Amino acid sequence: MVTGLGTYLTLSAVLFGIGAAGFLARRNLLLQLMSIEIMLNSVNLALVAINRAHPTSHAGQVFAFFVIAVAAAEASVGLAILISVFRLKKSVESDRADLLKG
Amino acid sequence: MSLGGQLLFAFAGLIAILSALLTVTQRSPLRAAVALLVHVVSLAGLYLTLHAHLLAAIQLLVYAGAVVVLFVFVIMLIGPGALDVKPDQRGLMVKLLGGATIVMVAGAIAAQVGHAVGIFPGLPGCPEGDTTTLAGECGQFGGVDALSNAIYVGAAIPFELVSVLLLVAIVGAIAVARGHTDAEKKAKDPVELDPRPRSADPNSPDPSGITPAE
Repeated sequence: MVTGLGTYLTLSAVLFGIGAAGFLARRNLLLQLMSIEIMLNSVNLALVAINRAHPTSHAGQVFAFFVIAVAAAEASVGLAILISVFRLKKSVESDRADLLKG
Repeated sequence: MSLGGQLLFAFAGLIAILSALLTVTQRSPLRAAVALLVHVVSLAGLYLTLHAHLLAAIQLLVYAGAVVVLFVFVIMLIGPGALDVKPDQRGLMVKLLGGATIVMVAGAIAAQVGHAVGIFPGLPGCPEGDTTTLAGECGQFGGVDALSNAIYVGAAIPFELVSVLLLVAIVGAIAVARGHTDAEKKAKDPVELDPRPRSADPNSPDPSGITPAE
């Protein structure tokens, strides 16, 4: 097997699919946030691999750097919301966060 | 790519897929967090095979050092309530359909890009066919010098905006997660406390019995 850009993009697509399936299938807010992290990481892998295929600039790695920063901010705010929901509902099930439901 | 790089890719890729599957299937959130940690570390290994050394270090620092620890802290805060209380009530058919759709989409992407693009080009200064060594000029691509030059010179303003974003995220996380103190709970909303009925006429006598001083 020769590893090239295609192998990395394939791996990235598979990881994104796992993350998306986890986000849609799980009902635990914690697990859903972890699935989001998996999806963001898979996108980072694709960005770095594409940057490796075009090594004249570092644009892909800079993008991955910013994605990591945004993912950290997203995780902190998401977990704060989770704690708030847990305080209200005594549960971390996303189905029970229905305060805005009409 | 050298043989060592290919072996590292195969190993880290396999670990990444397995740990991602474990993360989304574990029932206990703590076990899922540990699987996420393994996933993050294996992705740092994949970055190493792509000659992105600084990004691998950042990945370890930010994800393994901060995000996963944050998850573990929240699991610790919540305690046993973090477990799924009741099992999923949707039917097996819906789950299978959703899973099959996602597998098909990922498979379509993989089939499209899997063989369309070839092997990576050589890097300047690296020996032919071996890009895993870091000696001399070969360590430039993805190294500290080159990547920080790209960030601080090429993307200085977005970098500063990211610091504002992180500050807003910190303040927002504190504001959202902070509970009300006892004093704040006792001090009800002043609109609810106001005993006077709302009347359209501002000149009507105050029903609360307090007469203004003449």
